[in-house]
Amino acid sequence: MGRLLEVKNLRTQFKTFDGIVKAVDGVSFYLDEKEIIGIVGESGCGKSVTQLSIMQLINRPGKIVGGEVWFEGKDLLKYKQHGPEMRSIRGGKIAMIFQEPMTSLNPVLTLGYQLAESLILHLKMSKEEARKRAIELLGMVGIPSPEDRIDDYPHQFSGGMRQRVMIAMALACNPKILIADEPTTSLDVTTQAQLLELMVDMVHKFNSSLILVTHNLGVVARYAQRIYIMYAGRIVEEGTCKEIFKRPRHPYTKGLLRSVPRLDVEGERLIPIEGLPPRLTDLPDQCAFLPRCPYKTEKCSTSPMPELRSVPGEGHKIRCYVDIPEVDYATV
Amino acid sequence: MADTIANIDQIVQSQSRATVSEWQRFVRTLTQRKVVVFALIIIALTVITAIFAPWLSPYDPNEKNFADSLQQPNRKHWLGTDLLGKDTLSRIIWGARTSLIVGIATCLASAILGSTLGMLAGYMGGVVNTIIMRFMDALMGFPMIVLALLLAGVLGNGMQNVIIALTVANLPGYTRLMCGMTLAVKENDYILAQKAIGSSNLRTLFLHILPNSFQPMIIMISTALGGIILAEAGLSFLGIGLSHEEVTWGGLVASGYSYLSTHPMLAFAPGLCVMLVVFSFNILGDGLRDALDPRLRGVL
Amino acid sequence: MANYIVRRLLWGIVILILVSLIVFFAIRMVPGDPLTLFVSRTQESGFSFTKAQLDALRRRFGLDKPVIVQYVDWISNMLRGDLGESIYYRQDVAKLIKERLPVTLYLGIIGFLLSLTVGTTAGLLAGMRRATWIDNIIVVISYIGIAIPVFWLGYLLIFAFGLKLRILPIGGYTSPFEDFWYSLRQIIMPVICMVLPGIAGMARQMRSSYLEVAGQDYIRTAWAKGLTEKAVVMKHILKNSLIPIVTLLGMSIGGIFGGSVLVENVFAIPGMGRFLVQGIFQQDYVIMQANTFLMAVMIILSNLIVDISYGWFDPRIRYD
Repeated sequence: MGRLLEVKNLRTQFKTFDGIVKAVDGVSFYLDEKEIIGIVGESGCGKSVTQLSIMQLINRPGKIVGGEVWFEGKDLLKYKQHGPEMRSIRGGKIAMIFQEPMTSLNPVLTLGYQLAESLILHLKMSKEEARKRAIELLGMVGIPSPEDRIDDYPHQFSGGMRQRVMIAMALACNPKILIADEPTTSLDVTTQAQLLELMVDMVHKFNSSLILVTHNLGVVARYAQRIYIMYAGRIVEEGTCKEIFKRPRHPYTKGLLRSVPRLDVEGERLIPIEGLPPRLTDLPDQCAFLPRCPYKTEKCSTSPMPELRSVPGEGHKIRCYVDIPEVDYATV
Repeated sequence: MADTIANIDQIVQSQSRATVSEWQRFVRTLTQRKVVVFALIIIALTVITAIFAPWLSPYDPNEKNFADSLQQPNRKHWLGTDLLGKDTLSRIIWGARTSLIVGIATCLASAILGSTLGMLAGYMGGVVNTIIMRFMDALMGFPMIVLALLLAGVLGNGMQNVIIALTVANLPGYTRLMCGMTLAVKENDYILAQKAIGSSNLRTLFLHILPNSFQPMIIMISTALGGIILAEAGLSFLGIGLSHEEVTWGGLVASGYSYLSTHPMLAFAPGLCVMLVVFSFNILGDGLRDALDPRLRGVL
Repeated sequence: MANYIVRRLLWGIVILILVSLIVFFAIRMVPGDPLTLFVSRTQESGFSFTKAQLDALRRRFGLDKPVIVQYVDWISNMLRGDLGESIYYRQDVAKLIKERLPVTLYLGIIGFLLSLTVGTTAGLLAGMRRATWIDNIIVVISYIGIAIPVFWLGYLLIFAFGLKLRILPIGGYTSPFEDFWYSLRQIIMPVICMVLPGIAGMARQMRSSYLEVAGQDYIRTAWAKGLTEKAVVMKHILKNSLIPIVTLLGMSIGGIFGGSVLVENVFAIPGMGRFLVQGIFQQDYVIMQANTFLMAVMIILSNLIVDISYGWFDPRIRYD
């Protein structure tokens, strides 16, 4: 499997009233062909901003201040934000699905138009071809009688249906990478499962890779091969799905896992992580998780922010000084 | 993009609540833009001028002095004099008084009357609502100045008549606002709970609607004030409503027409005052809106 | 859709009836009858009526009948196109208005089209280039445009272009069919005065609704598709941000009539606005009544058209 995307030391900041918010602060990760990775973290940890930065969809007051995004031998961040190179990548080679299906479709344009738009733009289809393909795509994502619904407006569809349309729209041009930013969070639980299945199915069908951004570890466990855990704008733990679930080593990951309900362990209590994420305007020089960490040592409060370091296990890295005893989290 | 920005804002806001009080935040956002500070200064100056007009004006605004007829601006008369030798600066100072009295009185009257009607419409619903709100729609069918002209023309000259005319023309905005507010609060479960424990309707109304509507009301009043002063100037310019004894900026502009080529200051100075004051109230209104409730941007 | 139009039309009729009531009773809210006003005004000029003369006048204008009958008469005459007889001019008001309405409409339509095109373009430009010098200039001008007293602006223009530079006539009105170029030069200043507040309001609204729409999730979706800026703005933002502008159109027509009252008086243009002010000075209630009612009718009708055309802009309304 070849390397498809490599993000190196990405940094994105927002200038706000209260100072500079370092939303993404030195994030690196990679994605291989036909791979599914998960990026997990609480809301506000910078996982969405990371994805928007890859697409160069960060607007004022936000700014990408550093890093590289390597894709097909080119650094995407070298391209101008709305230049022709970047535009041909967006929607054509890297597509994105957003969190809010209710507001992510243009209310005054028909679904047919919104679907055909990318086809005409990236695949140079004629209007008629694009329409035919749009109907096909709607059928593929499970919209009943798509030829009747193609001229409908978004408000005539439910949230789940709209997200199906979003999936069709994102995959319309057969992109290499699909970025799904909390694609099912705002839907009800049964719809969530169906949609995830559909999305992963479609990704396999189109031979694409998927970056699944979510705060829900359960979702990731099921589909992702590798996982990145983000906290306060940085990656704090990375590794294969198996490794992370079997042997989580970062205190934050442990906390996250403990706060996920599990069906296989009986009588287990959910333990929330104490405290709130830090203010991104003035992060401490030390580890950002320090104030909430139950494992903190003397060294943690006197040393600077720890670097990512390898630990035993395939590709397993953590940003932490402490070696937590390797015990299965369920028994902690 | 915006969603992300909003997100960041939320985070920042939720985190900074502990360190910055609401009031500090309000003052900071309000005075963040220099133009708002400028507007505040102009408004303060106008208010001071209006209150202290008798002490500030160098001459009696209606004092005729034929020896000093049609003076160009000079040391004695900083902005010159008119045909009858009345001092322009003094007349402008007294004009500030008229403008502010009409503006503030109209604003208060229409806010009180309008919100009462609006609350009534929202709370009673049904036929009462239909009658009141359709009546407001009908009032909105007239341009403000035309309605005010008609009423002032019928009522005859006098400051209170101008205030009445402008009040009627300004009612619909407040009525609509309060009707909407009342309906929103009425839908609230909280009110249902209040009803269940048997507190009186009127108390319920005042306790819940008024605090909620305080912010939009303040914003609406400060924005409407500019429009009212502008309309009053228009009426006075046309010579309808305020009598000739009352000094008005609009009236001063109108009487300056004949001397436009020789004594332009007679018309220019009072008009500039109208513009500055209206400009300042509009800026303040927008500033208040941004500081109190940015979500109202574009709505009010 | 048909249902929506019918409902709108019915409400339109209700509001027109309310408007007619407002006009009719506003004029009759003073003690005595509308003639008293006229009489007191003529007395000021040293002319007095005898009791018999007054009674004759009352009979002539139907003021001896009960108020309800007067109202019904007024409305039914109005529907037949009979606006009554002016007390002051002793002429058919419909005829007097027929001479003046085209003048106001001519200036008004030019003004309306200008404020719509220039205003939205300026607002769009300001929104697209937010926080640049173009945006700042447009914002400042629009604040001034809203705050400036149009009569004063008129005097400034007369002073500069009429009296000092002597390149434009300082007032009056000539039909464009009579002398096109002179007529054009004559209306330049009045039209500027008339449209500046409209342009300013339109630009402000357009800018804020552009920015509002540009920040929506679906615009991010459009960018994420790799569309060009032109496609995003023209196809995705513009139509959405025009929706609030459509609501503003009805109001801006009101603004045109309101502005005409002042502008026509500044530049001595014989239109509806000047006619109304003269009617008030002459305390000619027939003119006041007919004039204000007609203005309101035109504003309400255009609001109705706006409401109905709303459905075309916003598909969410069509199926309500």
